[in-house]
Amino acid sequence: MSLKLGVPSKGRLMEKTFDWFAKHGLTLARTGADREYAGAIEGVDGMELVLLSAGEIPRELAAGRIHLGVTGTDLIQEKLPLWEQQLEEMAPLGFGHADLILAVPQCWIDVDTLDDLDAVAAAFRGAHGHRLRIATKYHRLVREFLTEAGVADYQLVDSQGATEGTVKNETAEMVADITSTGETLRANHLKLLSDGMVLKSQATLWRSRTARYSESEREALKRLNSLILG
Amino acid sequence: MSERSQVLARATRLRMNFEAAGAQVVDPPLLQPADTLLDLYGEDIRARAYVTSDAVRGEQMLRPDFTLPVVQMHMSEGAEPARYTYCGEVFRRQEQDPDRANEYLQVGYEVFDRDDPAGADAEVFALIALQLRGLPLRAASGDIGILMAAVEGLNTTAVRKAALMRHIWRPRRFRSLLDRFSGRSTLPESRLKLLSSEGRLTGSATVVGKRSEAEIDARIEILRADAAAPAIDENEILALEALMAVRETVPFAIEQMRDIAVDLPAISPALDRLDMRVAALKARGIDIDSLDFEASYGRTSMEYYDGFVFGFYAEVRPDLPPIASGGRYDALTRQLGQGAEIPAVGGVLRPDLMLMLEEGQS
Repeated sequence: MSLKLGVPSKGRLMEKTFDWFAKHGLTLARTGADREYAGAIEGVDGMELVLLSAGEIPRELAAGRIHLGVTGTDLIQEKLPLWEQQLEEMAPLGFGHADLILAVPQCWIDVDTLDDLDAVAAAFRGAHGHRLRIATKYHRLVREFLTEAGVADYQLVDSQGATEGTVKNETAEMVADITSTGETLRANHLKLLSDGMVLKSQATLWRSRTARYSESEREALKRLNSLILG
Repeated sequence: MSERSQVLARATRLRMNFEAAGAQVVDPPLLQPADTLLDLYGEDIRARAYVTSDAVRGEQMLRPDFTLPVVQMHMSEGAEPARYTYCGEVFRRQEQDPDRANEYLQVGYEVFDRDDPAGADAEVFALIALQLRGLPLRAASGDIGILMAAVEGLNTTAVRKAALMRHIWRPRRFRSLLDRFSGRSTLPESRLKLLSSEGRLTGSATVVGKRSEAEIDARIEILRADAAAPAIDENEILALEALMAVRETVPFAIEQMRDIAVDLPAISPALDRLDMRVAALKARGIDIDSLDFEASYGRTSMEYYDGFVFGFYAEVRPDLPPIASGGRYDALTRQLGQGAEIPAVGGVLRPDLMLMLEEGQS
C-alpha cells in the first residue's frame, strides 16, 4: 500500500497546498475530468493523493484512514479532543492564517477584556433573564477557552454562517468567529476583545499517530521528511 | 474488572442499606431537560454531560447526576422531612481522560430536613462511611460555608463581595478578583482610559444588539464607584488567604481557623456550626482526629455545594476519582424551589470502584 496524503479538494487552500509541496519538490495534481476528485503525486515514490473536504481531514487522520493530511489548526483542535495523542504536527505551511477571536459590539465601550465580559455576562443575565449568547460554530474551542478564563453566565448558540450578523439580528449578544483581517467585524459594528484570542490557526501538515505504517509506507514517509526538512 | 451484574448486585445491596436507614426509594428518569442543567451549571456542563435532542422536546441530557432530579421531585411533591435513596446509571463525557468510565452506577442518599443541619450532615457522612467500612480509604472534608462567610464579612463594597461570591467555585478567577480589589494588580489600560473620561460616554457608537445604552451607562457608573472605593485591607486579604490554605486534621484545622477568626470575625458563626457538626460526627462514632479538613475542598467541583463537603479516596489508587462524595446544597433548593427552600445534604457511592478495590485487596 502507499502512504496516503489528504489534501483539501478545492479552492485556494488546495492550490496553495499544491504550491507548498511544489516548492519542496513534490508535484501534486488533480487528474481525470474536471469534476472528478482524483489526484496524483510525483517526486516521492509510494505516495498517494486523496482529495477530501478540509472539514473531514481531521476525522480521517484520527481514524488512521489517511497517514498525512493538510488542514487548519482550528479544525483539528475543534474536532479532535486530545488531538496531540492522535496526531503529530509535521509542518506549519505558512498560509490559511485565521484567528478565532471573541468580538463584542463597538458600542460596549465598557468592555475590553475577559474580565469585563464576565462581569457584563452576570449583569446581562440578571437584566434579561437569560445567559449572554455567543454565536459560533467553534463550540468546543470557545467553551474550553472561556472555562479556562473563568467566564460564566454565557451561552453558546450555533451559527454556521453569517455569524457577525447575529448581533444586529439580536439572536446573539456577541460572536466567536474566524477572522483574517477584521473587516467584516468592523462592518458589523463589532470589535475584538484585547485578550480574547482563542486560537491562532494556519494550514498545517499533520501526521496520523493512529494509522498503520507498512515497511514501504515508512520508507515513503522518510523520503518525504527529508524533502520537507531539507 | 467486575462483571456488570456483580456491580449491580452490590449497588442494590447498598441501596437496601440506605432503605433500612429510613430512606424512600426514588427512580428519576434517565433523560433530563437540558435547560435546567444549563441554567444551573452553564455551558461547562456540555463538556461533562451527553446531550441528545428531538424536534419536540428539544435538548435533553443523559442524567449526569441524581441530585438535581431528586431535588426537583422533592420540591414539587415531597413531604418534610424526607430521606431518599436511589441506584442507577449516570453518564459523564470523559474526553480529557478516556480511561475513566463514561457510564457507571451511583447509589445515593439525600436528606431534606430543616431541624438539625449538623445532625443531617453527620448522618449522611456516617452512613456512607459505614457502607465503605473495611476499604483502604482516606476521608477528606471541607466547608464552603466558612469561605462564603469570610467573603460576606469583608470590609468592602457589596458589588465586590457579589463578584467574589459568584466565583468561589472558580479559584483562578476568584484569585484575580482578589488581586484587583486589593490593589495588588493594576487596572488594564482600557479601564484607566474609560475612567479618565467624565459624564455620559454612550451615544456616539451605533447601537447594535440587545444590551442597551442604559445598561452600559449603569456599568460605567459601577466601575466609577469601584475605582473610588478603597482597596480591601491587606490584613483581611492575608487572613482570607490563610483561611483558604488551611489543610489539617479536623481538630488542628479548627484551632487554626479560630486564630484566623480574630482577623475575620465574620467566620465565627460558621465555625460554631462546624463545631456542632463535629460533635454530631463524634456522637455517631466517627474518628474526628484522623479526618482531614481542607478549607478549599470542593471549590473546583460541581458548583452547588455551599456547606459541608466530603469525599473518600483510595490511597493506593490516586488515579481513581473519589469512591464516595457529597455535601450540603441549600442554595440549590432555593434556586430550583422558586421561592421555596429547604436545607439539603446528600452523598453518593461508586459500587464499581468499591468492588475493584476489594478485588485488589484479596
